[in-house]
Amino acid sequence: MKLLLEKAHIEGIRYYDTYRKNGGYSSVEKALKMSPDEIVEEVKKSGLRGRGGAGFPTGMKWSFLAKPEGVPRHLVCNADESEPGTFKDRYLMEFLPHLFIEGMIISSYALGSNTSYIYIRGEYAWIPDILEQAIAEAKEAGWLGKNIKGTGFDCEIYVQRGGGAYICGEETALIESLEGKRGNPRIKPPFPAVQGLWMRPTVVNNVETIAAVGPIITMGGDEYAKLGAGRSTGTKLISACGNLNKPGVYEIDFNLSVEEFIYSDEYCGGIPNGKKLKACIPGGSSVPILPANLLLHESNGNKRLMNYESLSEGGFQTGTMLGSGGFIVLDEDQCVVRHTMSLAHFYNHESCGQCSPCREGTGWMYKILKNIEYGKGKMEDIDLLWDIQRRIEGNTICPLGDAAAWPVAAAIRHFRDEFEWHVLHPEEAQTRNYGLAHYAEPRTIVAAQ
Amino acid sequence: MSENFKVTIDNITVEVAPGTTILEAARKVGGAVAPPTMCYYSKLEGSGGKCRTCLVEVSKGSEKDPRPMPKLVASCRTTVMDGMEVKNITSEKVPDARAGVTEFLLLNHPLDCPVCDQAGECDLQDLGYEHGKEGTRTEFPRRTFAPEDIGPYIQLHMNRCILCYRCVYTAEQLTERREHGVLDRGDHSRISTCIKNSLDNEFIGNVIDVCPVGALTDKTFRFKNRVWFTKPLDAHRNCSNPNCCGEVRLWMRGDEVYRVTARKDEWGEVATASNGKTGWICNECRFDKKDTKDWVIEGPTNINRHSVISQGHYAGTEGTAGKAEKLIDKVIGQEPKYTLDIHSVSEVNKPSVHLDRIPGPAHSNDFK
Repeated sequence: MKLLLEKAHIEGIRYYDTYRKNGGYSSVEKALKMSPDEIVEEVKKSGLRGRGGAGFPTGMKWSFLAKPEGVPRHLVCNADESEPGTFKDRYLMEFLPHLFIEGMIISSYALGSNTSYIYIRGEYAWIPDILEQAIAEAKEAGWLGKNIKGTGFDCEIYVQRGGGAYICGEETALIESLEGKRGNPRIKPPFPAVQGLWMRPTVVNNVETIAAVGPIITMGGDEYAKLGAGRSTGTKLISACGNLNKPGVYEIDFNLSVEEFIYSDEYCGGIPNGKKLKACIPGGSSVPILPANLLLHESNGNKRLMNYESLSEGGFQTGTMLGSGGFIVLDEDQCVVRHTMSLAHFYNHESCGQCSPCREGTGWMYKILKNIEYGKGKMEDIDLLWDIQRRIEGNTICPLGDAAAWPVAAAIRHFRDEFEWHVLHPEEAQTRNYGLAHYAEPRTIVAAQ
Repeated sequence: MSENFKVTIDNITVEVAPGTTILEAARKVGGAVAPPTMCYYSKLEGSGGKCRTCLVEVSKGSEKDPRPMPKLVASCRTTVMDGMEVKNITSEKVPDARAGVTEFLLLNHPLDCPVCDQAGECDLQDLGYEHGKEGTRTEFPRRTFAPEDIGPYIQLHMNRCILCYRCVYTAEQLTERREHGVLDRGDHSRISTCIKNSLDNEFIGNVIDVCPVGALTDKTFRFKNRVWFTKPLDAHRNCSNPNCCGEVRLWMRGDEVYRVTARKDEWGEVATASNGKTGWICNECRFDKKDTKDWVIEGPTNINRHSVISQGHYAGTEGTAGKAEKLIDKVIGQEPKYTLDIHSVSEVNKPSVHLDRIPGPAHSNDFK
């Protein structure tokens, strides 16, 4: 079932004329005939959940938006897709800019935002040009600007490039950055829905969330809600990377099993060179890593499916999160310690430095992991790492602290023997990886500590 | 007028106005119930939330919504709700989290207290004594920064900084143009002026008073004395600057004024002056008026702080560390260890005379 990427392979779909010929902007036509509240109601009915990582119901987020008299409201699209392993928004913006702009117009109309912003990460240097061209084309065709199609609704969309900071993907840091300030997350409350951009009510949504609004309006919220599984409705873009035969962006149905996603030829096509699956991070680098046995099956023995509920089954003891859909696969040759070290380095580098646990703790974890990886580790270091991550998690201003703590916690929880092997065999660990056949075959689940 | 909210903090109920933060409510209760703060400064708008030492557990959200809050919250930035129940020292999670934060703050701190001018009145020292562990678990070299000259009055020691952002807010709210800020990101972020610039605004000296550690210190006092040797006196003068309250604290040794600071309240913050405004002082009062003739001296200052600074000043005056007897009582029982027993090498004093138990300096009569 393809909703977002349905037209992705039509030649020239990036340009307005081709896109319009293939049924583009019909959802905007339909939406402009509805009242804003009806659109919010449709989105609520669709059960669409935020695709940026947290999975918060979008309709509910929209209904929280404060609407004081005489104060402008804003829609901000979070295109600062910096999560390692995630590149689904890039695909959407690069190849289907008009689908995205379509969603922006409907969402702006529904929220009453006359000035909407797209905050795009600085590393996507060429994409703002594509988006600005699409916006210009849409404006020329009358879908943007003053009095859109005679409805009396004005809307302008601006593209703002970020400076390349991971933290600016956090919604309040994004707002600070958009205001021209240092990208430090704000302390909540007040939430952006009450005081966001320039202290005005603001909704911040992910690119994929906004792109999904178009199809929801076209097919109706109830129809959209029929897709998927349980509370995971619709479809999701997964950006698969790592040791896979066919890495790339896939649109999946939430009923797809993880096993099928990795091994079937329709999707990733299995692990190259006949290697075995060792571990996987299914939702971008921040979510806990899972060993193969826990990844493919839930703790009750059922097949694990690619949806919010199934992936988080069992909490962090046996589960993980769908997150942003950055699906990173590690085969038997990969070293979890090295992998965790490289993630810890990333979070150390990207911490904004505002609150102490994250500023100091991320650097400390990185240094300890570096010691373990390079053969200078001690057994106590593993427990120390556990203690540090425990004291970072939940004690910080923004979720970056949690995002830095979870990968380390999960790596120790599931791969402690690999860390111990690194400590016990410092010389060997430099030249060879821990065999890991141990994790390659699904095994009976031992209750985690 | 809406009615006051009832908040229970560590089983003590107080009534506060809506919009009050948990921290302010806890300060109303006072004593050990008030969480420690490193970055929050009630006189600076927007401060707080960064250091995470004031984390508390909210075991009951409010009367209407009694669910507990899932995470520990920063009490300085969380407002109270009616019927809220907060656990600070009675919580099981809070001391652990606070010890963690203390460890993080001290992780890269140089611990150069013996040569630091802030020693004795340092919030980080107090926090370390109260909530820290005795050893460190880190074995890595501490982070260092290149020294930077930020002007004729203020000495910046970036290695000691805990990035509380108080000085940034001070410059923003007291001066017309902020010339320093936080540069870079993560654990290498630093206070700096970016383009080499000297901080010479007439109110910039107040950043010294708000700094919780020894990162910003007074260049005119640098290495001159230790704070616990100097004696604080309240004094005032008619300052020509209309925004300066002219009410200060002189730190004297003998007849000499070593240092001038703003007056501070029991929470270590600049106190409210007699004109009702916050008692910020100008650079002229702080750096240039180092003579008792410049000042009208009101009298000795009462200092209530659990810090070495309150030891030994005006013992016997109410409100200071206590009477002389109490100080001696403290020494007894701790039985100081002597590296050399004076009686084995000297015949001057008798072993029966304990020098440390004589109130005040020893007199020849004491040995008769």
